[in-house]
Amino acid sequence: MELRFTDEERAFREEVRTWIDANLPAETRERMASGRTPTKAMQVDWQKRLYAKGWAVPHWPVEWGGQPWSAIKRFILSEEIQSTPAPTPLGFNANMLGPVLIAFGTDEQKKHFLPKIANLDLWFCQGFSEPGAGSDLASLKCAAKRDGDHYIVNGQKTWTTLAQHADWIFLLVRTDPGAAKQQEGISFLLVDMTTPGITVRPIITIDGAHEVNEVFFDDVKVPVANLVGTENRGWDCAKFLLSNERTGQARVGASKERIRRLKLIAKQTPGGAKPVMEDPRFRSRLTDVEVQLKALEMTTLRVLADENRALSQRKPNPASSVLKIRGTELQQAISELYVMAAGPYGLAAPHDPEADGRNEPDVAADWQTLAQATYFNWRKQSIYGGSTEIQKNIMAKAFLGL
Amino acid sequence: MDFDLSDDQRLLQDSLAKLLKDKYGFEQRKAYLKSETGWSREVWAAFAELGLLGMPFAEDDGGLGYGAVETMIVMEQMGRALTLEPFVSTVVLGGGFLRHGATPEQRSALVPMIAEGKLLMAFAHTEQQSRFDLHDVATTAKKDGDGWVIEGRKGVVVHGDTADQLVVTARISGGRRDRDGIGVFLVPANATGVTRRGFRTSDGQRAADISFDAVKVDAAAELQGGLALVERVADETIAALGAEAIGCMEAAKDLTIDYLKTRKQFGRPIGSFQSLQHRAAEMMVCLEQARSMAMLAAMMASERNDDERRRNMRAVKVEIGRNARFVGQQTIQMHGGIAMTMEYAGGHYLKRLTVIENMFGDMDHHLAALSDEGGVFVAA
Repeated sequence: MELRFTDEERAFREEVRTWIDANLPAETRERMASGRTPTKAMQVDWQKRLYAKGWAVPHWPVEWGGQPWSAIKRFILSEEIQSTPAPTPLGFNANMLGPVLIAFGTDEQKKHFLPKIANLDLWFCQGFSEPGAGSDLASLKCAAKRDGDHYIVNGQKTWTTLAQHADWIFLLVRTDPGAAKQQEGISFLLVDMTTPGITVRPIITIDGAHEVNEVFFDDVKVPVANLVGTENRGWDCAKFLLSNERTGQARVGASKERIRRLKLIAKQTPGGAKPVMEDPRFRSRLTDVEVQLKALEMTTLRVLADENRALSQRKPNPASSVLKIRGTELQQAISELYVMAAGPYGLAAPHDPEADGRNEPDVAADWQTLAQATYFNWRKQSIYGGSTEIQKNIMAKAFLGL
Repeated sequence: MDFDLSDDQRLLQDSLAKLLKDKYGFEQRKAYLKSETGWSREVWAAFAELGLLGMPFAEDDGGLGYGAVETMIVMEQMGRALTLEPFVSTVVLGGGFLRHGATPEQRSALVPMIAEGKLLMAFAHTEQQSRFDLHDVATTAKKDGDGWVIEGRKGVVVHGDTADQLVVTARISGGRRDRDGIGVFLVPANATGVTRRGFRTSDGQRAADISFDAVKVDAAAELQGGLALVERVADETIAALGAEAIGCMEAAKDLTIDYLKTRKQFGRPIGSFQSLQHRAAEMMVCLEQARSMAMLAAMMASERNDDERRRNMRAVKVEIGRNARFVGQQTIQMHGGIAMTMEYAGGHYLKRLTVIENMFGDMDHHLAALSDEGGVFVAA
């Protein structure tokens, strides 16, 4: 048992830090540091820089642009990106679709799509959830009917994150409505978002952000060549995709960065007689979250060490289920601490020049106007990607045998 | 980065697990509890035979030269079995003070006896006013020729009733709460002026209230290191107790899951009810988070940077305490009435976990201190 990083790993961390410092554009850095999400242009530009360096998809096979690294080394890169903070490679491309194509795609699909999604030449979004299929994903209804060399897609997807930026969508569709089990009649399709018949309608979340969308399909023609894997076996791809996300979901690096920044902010924010940071109750709450985050960091490292093993020696690790549950809880708890630190000036919503019809500076500091918006927005974290309750169902079944 | 046990460590784990399976069933434990000492001399001898009692000492001193990971392995097994023997008092605490504060002569005199199971130790530190502050010491040690005279009273000296040697903190100089001026002394329990009153702790273990009435010890009785020594040994003990808590939590969780599968109400196993499934899953989350911290503690126990070690151990104590409370309480809640009885193991895990939670600083104590010290993640 050895906790310490090796000299080589420490040197790599330094290399990553230096490279990010030299290559992250100032505007992107500034926007990320203020707690905002990157713009599309910033995301694309940054991912192209990472790809050129060979760091956009290190977890992919070397022949498709990956690196022959240990899980620890990949973790170091990802942690440094998160703690700068810089944009992380687009998850839909790098962590979801990429591995699915590598595992299930045809050679043509791999050759055509993998370089483009690694370099973010094509922005993919995820078409899984539907109005009637949330946690019960397999009950989805969006249908694809075979018609010669095409599928004709009809139906609706929802909660489609950043569909407004997307060039393509990967889609779960029902190809056999008569299958004995719900899971058996589903297929995995890749669809060009410019295909006629696709309508994207924004959903504005409670923080006022346009992040998610409804996507409607009205007789959308999709070439059969865009089927991934076997027809009616798309559930295999979906299960593979969902189980692929493990250590990423804890986002420990990002949370550590938010904690460090909050400490600096709270030292400078007046809290009556003394700065907010000197209020022992606030500070104690903050420390309490830090303690839990430290435990989560250790759990993440345990899962990583496990991922470092040969596949045949790996055992299902209950620690990995902890990551999504506690990781999202802690991100939410940190967002609450920001709200507390912001206090009354946290009431001020970010000024929106378009809606307000004039352009003027915000009443409060950037971080203060964002504090409540982020807190509202982050309630989503324990819902998406398998809600906390679904995670617990899985744990009860897989690890506890209940 | 490696969380695996070596072959030797796995062997240690298996041997102890086997020993405890043979000698520490819940019914056997009840008999040990009822005995005069409140624990088993026979089991103690078996620990000695297995090498556990000499484990952390240097080979030159007559030990095995094992580290904190081995202590973690042993403590976890002891936690599972809810052992009653004075392992923490003698080997972790007593052993810690000898390893870090004693002269080679003292070590060569005492370590072999500990390793053979012939010498028991206890840490006499807590006083009525001190609560969890390691620097709050009213007991005094005054120079007397070449030696010292110790005067004062120590309470809740765990396993102090059967110990042969006591490690006693006493103030050499300064005010009651000064960080400087604290001495650490080895005092034979049968020294003139030592009066012990034994009692049971809430989890069934033994402790003593000990008065020191003009107790004379010679110059060699003083261990070197003062408060820094006490803090270092306290941190090693926090790591050991943390691992013991993991063992308790793990066994409590296993017992609970078994019960959920077998207990039937409304015509079906109660484990088929989602509210209980989710709570069981939460128990598992708590256990894994706590286990991560026990591993951190094992790896931090030998950290050279005192400040770094202290802050991490505080985090360990807080996080294990929090999760232990949940697992202990839910073990009883999910069992229902049966775990409220003395006859059933379930409730005894909560008892032990609660005692551990309140040794060497509770959650509030460490959280406040850690918060004052700048938290876990100091500026990069």
